[in-house]
Amino acid sequence: MTTSVASLPAVFRPRQVLSWFGVAPFFVFATLFLILPTLNIVLGAFRNAEGQVTLENLGKLLTPSIRSAFWISIELSLLTAALGCLFGFLIAAAITLGGLPRPLRNAILTFSGVASNFAGVPLAFAFIATLGRLGFVTMLLRHWFGINLYGSGFNIVSFLGLALTYLYFQIPLMVLIITPALEGLRREWREAAESLGANGFQYWRLVALPVLWPSLLGTLALLFANAFGAVATAIALTGSSLSIAPIVLFAQIRGDVLNDPHLGYAIAFAMILLTAIANAIYILLRMRAERWVK
Amino acid sequence: MRERRLWSWLAVALGGLYFLLPLVGMFDFSMRMQRDGYSFEAYRVVLADPQFQQTFGYSVVLALLTIVLGILLIVPTAYFVRLRFPGLRPVVEFLTLLPLVIPPIVIVFGYIRIYNTSSVLPLTGSWWGTNLLILFGYATLSLPYMYRSVDTGLRTIDVGSLTEAAQSLGSGWTRILTVVILPNVFVSVLSGAFLTFAIVIGEYVFAALLNVGSFGPYMVWMGGNRAYEPSALAVVAFAITWACMALIQLVTRFSKFSSVRR
Repeated sequence: MTTSVASLPAVFRPRQVLSWFGVAPFFVFATLFLILPTLNIVLGAFRNAEGQVTLENLGKLLTPSIRSAFWISIELSLLTAALGCLFGFLIAAAITLGGLPRPLRNAILTFSGVASNFAGVPLAFAFIATLGRLGFVTMLLRHWFGINLYGSGFNIVSFLGLALTYLYFQIPLMVLIITPALEGLRREWREAAESLGANGFQYWRLVALPVLWPSLLGTLALLFANAFGAVATAIALTGSSLSIAPIVLFAQIRGDVLNDPHLGYAIAFAMILLTAIANAIYILLRMRAERWVK
Repeated sequence: MRERRLWSWLAVALGGLYFLLPLVGMFDFSMRMQRDGYSFEAYRVVLADPQFQQTFGYSVVLALLTIVLGILLIVPTAYFVRLRFPGLRPVVEFLTLLPLVIPPIVIVFGYIRIYNTSSVLPLTGSWWGTNLLILFGYATLSLPYMYRSVDTGLRTIDVGSLTEAAQSLGSGWTRILTVVILPNVFVSVLSGAFLTFAIVIGEYVFAALLNVGSFGPYMVWMGGNRAYEPSALAVVAFAITWACMALIQLVTRFSKFSSVRR
């Protein structure tokens, strides 16, 4: 019995088989360098050194030093996400609805593209040069206004300093994401609201914000994940003096501090869990937000 | 309306202050190496440092190789998914998004556990293996940017008709991909490539944990040991990021003028 090529399921026809060779390298690559490494960490978090299934590693996350590291990380990420959303929203609103000249809007969007990618080591250096002990603004405040920044307890190597630095990539990311959403607000909605007698505040409370809130909350979640995974900026800024979760994991991998690889797995697993939840919230809310944008 | 414009200017002005001061500060600091006034001494010292030349050169080569690997992986995948396997699309989209979801430090931790010297594939044991591993790692980090820009590019062309036209003229798959598809999505590929370059050139976590002598760890080392040079390095890094973004805008604008209006 002969089977003609055409009667085979589409997937087995020669041409289709060839196409599989086109996508196969990607899937092999993703499996080897993305899925397996992550799975290894996740599974490792639930096993002890003898390979038995256990919750012991996750339990160790509750030891005071690890717990406080996670707590500082969460606080830092929440704070910079919230402030990033707030200030980013104000800037985005100013350039979309504020009647500013168009070239300024484009310049700010371009700059946001640069600044949101200007994270890591160089960003930390820029802030040390600006707000460090001998930094530009520190000196400026002292010589021009007689304000002794470091005398008042400020230090760039601190929670506050780190938060200020993170905002440098958080705010632009918010601007980039929320500007299209603000531009999606139709003029007719506002006119309709005004013709029905709504004032500016009522328009925002009853029309604009209900349309925008999925975008706003979604971006908040994304910014949270963005700050939570940032390691290089924190290391270059603080060395390892500020104990946040990614720095603890970094030290753990290097083998400087703790010597329990399974605790490392557990820390990494907890980090994945938090960023995954934040990203899932972002994606879900984003789909909701797109209902209003055609 | 006038009041609203006033508030807008205020918001932009305050934002401008916050965003410009660190740039001014970094620039100012980088010029202060000589006590008697502004000079480019820190830049001269940095650029003349053999360590800088070596690590920077290494990172540039690594970034270029990452881009090549990214193109080789993503262009055929995005093309065949669009042409033949639309059902795989959500899977590929999900996979290419993962590097944004999983923190890079976790990915590299996984590499160290899987590819260490006592594993089946002991990549971290040799010079070549480590370099390959970091190349693969950076290609992984570039997946989200590469896939999205290439896919956006493919959306603007009629993949099916172009393929059939090429096939009826006797082209095979490699020829279609390199001579027909790639030139058509070249601008999108370039956008992804510049973004990848900007990310790879100063990357620290992968390089530090895999013990690779690239630009990122060099910058951190300088940060711990020198005063003015780090600022000069930051200015250089900022200029590179800026250049990459400017090039993306440039190629995108260029493509708008050169593409045929439909």
